[in-house]
Amino acid sequence: MPQMTLIQAINDALRTEMRRDPTVIVMGEDVGINGGVFRATENLYKEFGPDRSIDTPLAESGIVGCAIGMAVNGLKPVAEIQFDGFMPPAFDHIVSHAARLRWRSRGRFHLPLVIRVPYGGGIRALEHHSEAPEAYYVHTPGLKVVIPSSPYDAKGLLISAIRDPDPVIFFEPKRLYRAFRQEVPEGEYVIPLGKANIVQQGTDVTVISWGAMVRVCLQAMEQLGSVSVELLDLRTLAPLDIETVWNSVTKTGRAVIVQEAPRTCSLASELTALINERVLLQLQAPVARVTGYDTHMPYLSMEQYYLPDAGRVKKGIERVLGF
Amino acid sequence: MAKSLKTKPRKTATVTSLDIEMLQILNLDGTAQQDEARELGLTNDDIESLYRWMVTARIFDERALALQRQGRLGTYAPLSGQEACQAGSAYALRPEDWIFPSYREHLAQVMRGQRWLDILTYWGGSEEGNRVPEGVNNFTISIPIATQTLHAVGAAWAAKIKGETSCAIVYFGDGATSEGDFHEALNFAGVFQTPTVFFCQNNQYAISVPRTKQTASETIAQKAIAYGIEGVQVDGNDVFAVYKATKEALEKGRNGGGPTLIEAVTYRLSHHTTADDWTRYRPAEEVEMWKQRDPIKRLKLYLERQGLWNADDEAKLLEEAKSEIAQTVAQYENLPKRDVEDIFKYIYAEMPWNLREQLQELKEYLAEHGGDLPKE
Amino acid sequence: MPQMTIVQAINDALRTEMRRDPTVIVMGEDVGVNGGVFRATENLIKEFGPDRSIDTPLAESGIVGTAIGMALNGLKPVAEIQFDGFMPPAFDHIISHAARIRWRTRGRYYVPLVVRAPYSGGIRSPEHHAESPEAYYAHTPGLKVVIPSNPYDAKGLLLAAIRDPDPVIYLEPKRLYRAFRQEVPEGDYLVPLGKAHSAREGSDVTLIAWGAMMPAALSAAEKIASQDISVEVIDLRTLIPLDSETVLESVKKTGRLVILHEAPKTCGFGSELAALVNDRAFEHLKAPIVRVTGPDTTIPLARLEDYYLPDVGRCVLGIQRVLSY
Repeated sequence: MPQMTLIQAINDALRTEMRRDPTVIVMGEDVGINGGVFRATENLYKEFGPDRSIDTPLAESGIVGCAIGMAVNGLKPVAEIQFDGFMPPAFDHIVSHAARLRWRSRGRFHLPLVIRVPYGGGIRALEHHSEAPEAYYVHTPGLKVVIPSSPYDAKGLLISAIRDPDPVIFFEPKRLYRAFRQEVPEGEYVIPLGKANIVQQGTDVTVISWGAMVRVCLQAMEQLGSVSVELLDLRTLAPLDIETVWNSVTKTGRAVIVQEAPRTCSLASELTALINERVLLQLQAPVARVTGYDTHMPYLSMEQYYLPDAGRVKKGIERVLGF
Repeated sequence: MAKSLKTKPRKTATVTSLDIEMLQILNLDGTAQQDEARELGLTNDDIESLYRWMVTARIFDERALALQRQGRLGTYAPLSGQEACQAGSAYALRPEDWIFPSYREHLAQVMRGQRWLDILTYWGGSEEGNRVPEGVNNFTISIPIATQTLHAVGAAWAAKIKGETSCAIVYFGDGATSEGDFHEALNFAGVFQTPTVFFCQNNQYAISVPRTKQTASETIAQKAIAYGIEGVQVDGNDVFAVYKATKEALEKGRNGGGPTLIEAVTYRLSHHTTADDWTRYRPAEEVEMWKQRDPIKRLKLYLERQGLWNADDEAKLLEEAKSEIAQTVAQYENLPKRDVEDIFKYIYAEMPWNLREQLQELKEYLAEHGGDLPKE
Repeated sequence: MPQMTIVQAINDALRTEMRRDPTVIVMGEDVGVNGGVFRATENLIKEFGPDRSIDTPLAESGIVGTAIGMALNGLKPVAEIQFDGFMPPAFDHIISHAARIRWRTRGRYYVPLVVRAPYSGGIRSPEHHAESPEAYYAHTPGLKVVIPSNPYDAKGLLLAAIRDPDPVIYLEPKRLYRAFRQEVPEGDYLVPLGKAHSAREGSDVTLIAWGAMMPAALSAAEKIASQDISVEVIDLRTLIPLDSETVLESVKKTGRLVILHEAPKTCGFGSELAALVNDRAFEHLKAPIVRVTGPDTTIPLARLEDYYLPDVGRCVLGIQRVLSY
């Protein structure tokens, strides 16, 4: 089985699906001839030509707005927004149209649309290139939000997202793009949306994370040694696989949520609320949130202080264990 | 290479010289530029049909306004004055073409296969009015201004990629030309030569703000030039001119000639919506002046001059149209009670746990109160 | 003291501040000649002219983008976005610029900007006219988020928002615009940002709400008082910065919390309140926190709107649930 990085797995998923389904197209800034600034769409232009691997003008609202029209008229666009920080210009089309179309047309129209976005910090990038905006989209009814943490998941989830009849925001932890390789099957396979992955079974504490933070959690677990941690990788943030979360916390009685986004009114807040609502009696300690701060993502010289690291995760785990 | 660049003389180019001439075929008195009228390819039946649509729309509009004033309809956006824009453009379309309406295009929507009942259903506060019949290529109306221009470019673009010959027409107003999306849409359409017809109903006002304060451009049509596409201006109260311009734009699009921006110069005779009061921002004389240019009057004069229409025909049409709309209103007022599940359905293809749970919660709450909300 | 509705109080606040401070301007679609679609800016153009009461072209991104530039260069713009549902086109300018300028220029520049928007449902309005988007802005560092629930607060909070040196998203519950009148002092007074208001004292349950949910919250508290249940009602008024002290003090006293909001539940501001109490008052909780909210759907049009909006009955149920535990 070939060994792939996460970015290669994404490229492979796109190629696989474009070969299988002639209505799948990729579009965005620099996705054609250049193969994408991260090479996610490398060589698709050669194989599928400029009508299916489209270099668009530099206009995010235009990209998503047009992709909506294309999806209404029989295509399955995979639109790339070049960086997380450039999603806001497309916000109106995402929340006012993409998210609502099936609902407001009573099922007459739906949008098999994927918006792919390099996501999160950790690569010492420029301003507006390291955002973690998942909460905006998780709060918006009608969107699915997916974020892989490994090459294998990236390919299987992206293929599922492309085949999903509803709009999917597909966040790619750019810090993991080339961080490691993993065996990735050739050809098609799917990982269903809405299913969390139990990365490691455990009994003392549940750690819930997604994207690049899953790796950070694994590092923290190594440092913790004898503590039995159950690590959940959510993979899909909307709709949430809440059963898996509740089952795990019911078993362990303790939960730590790790995310890089700012804390206030985030997905970590929602998870904390959901755990409190449903399994309060099983909780042996308050849920801990280990998150980015309620500030903007600092520039590269301070980035490492903003992003949760293994030490902070470890501290969070110790806090709930020591309650 | 560098050397040749250095020696290259500085060049100034005249990009274009621009004369925007307003296309007009039908005069105010109902006389017509006969050559052009004949070239339209419209039969007498076609012309009569256009007139019927326009009159029916006006009657619908007046009825809808009255319903709203009586508290029987929600906020409503009247179309009076813009019938020629909508009838002329919609009549030029083929069934496989797409329309992307804004929120005032009731007539275009109905001519293309939706029902007057759908329009009342929507403005009466039910999403069911957005359930476009299968096989009808009408997109749902768009309230966020100008956003639909991009959807139309995408749909036309998809047709082009799929090798189909359908076009997409998008309706918007003069206010929409101020939004960024309008400019992004023209730009995408120009770059990819999508078969999109941008149909601007310049009705002179975006709520209270007049066209002159919306843009410093002399015309809206001229905005096409900067995007490398064709812009034309037509008398929007002249159904022939609108039909001609739209038909030509569609044919051009179908034949690979790319997009066109049509500015139809018209006037909103009524309020922006029933929540608006036009007397606050425009003089009555101005409205009166535009009433003289009423598109329906003008077509009626033409039909009469051509010997195609008389007082009996008119009386018969009014009776038929009123009865059709009255039936529609009766149907509207007897729409079935909606199920609260409608709130939760169609958010996704499949209902996730949180929605199932929330629906259950709501149903239990209603059950505790005899099946409906408690009266507070 | 004059009796005013909320929309009159907002109009009065704008006039008061424009008289006091010549750098304050209002701008937006139809805010000038027409006085705003809800009449919030009525007569300001007569008193202050078209340079300070500006009818802009129809472009929300343009309005907020240029307002940022004005704020950088000495003005204090109060920009109106005509309806909550039209805030998304301005989203980029709000979160990528307004929210960040002080931080990214190390305090060299800042943006004394207020973005006013009529907010939330209940008036049978068309699509995209009844949104409750506060969570988007509450999640964005660098913004303040203010939502009044009565005329007195509306004026005092708006005056405070205009004088605040940082960008404030000021959401006006349109359903309450003309719902009732209240005595509103003439002239200048402030309701400070970041201070919640204890609208009703109680000891058994804490009920937190804001904006148009406040009347339902108070009615529910009143209704359930007859069952000898004492509800403390907190009107947050400012979501960001959050008055966590008032919230935590109350929950520590009552041990029970119900949160009421109109926005969709998932990742709504209620989730943050629940998480805050989990973090800081966990041991005081006698029952799981209850969130009574809009469902995770788009807000429906008129015919189903009432089924979407939390009402007194659902609020009472929430209180009963948290007590029955």
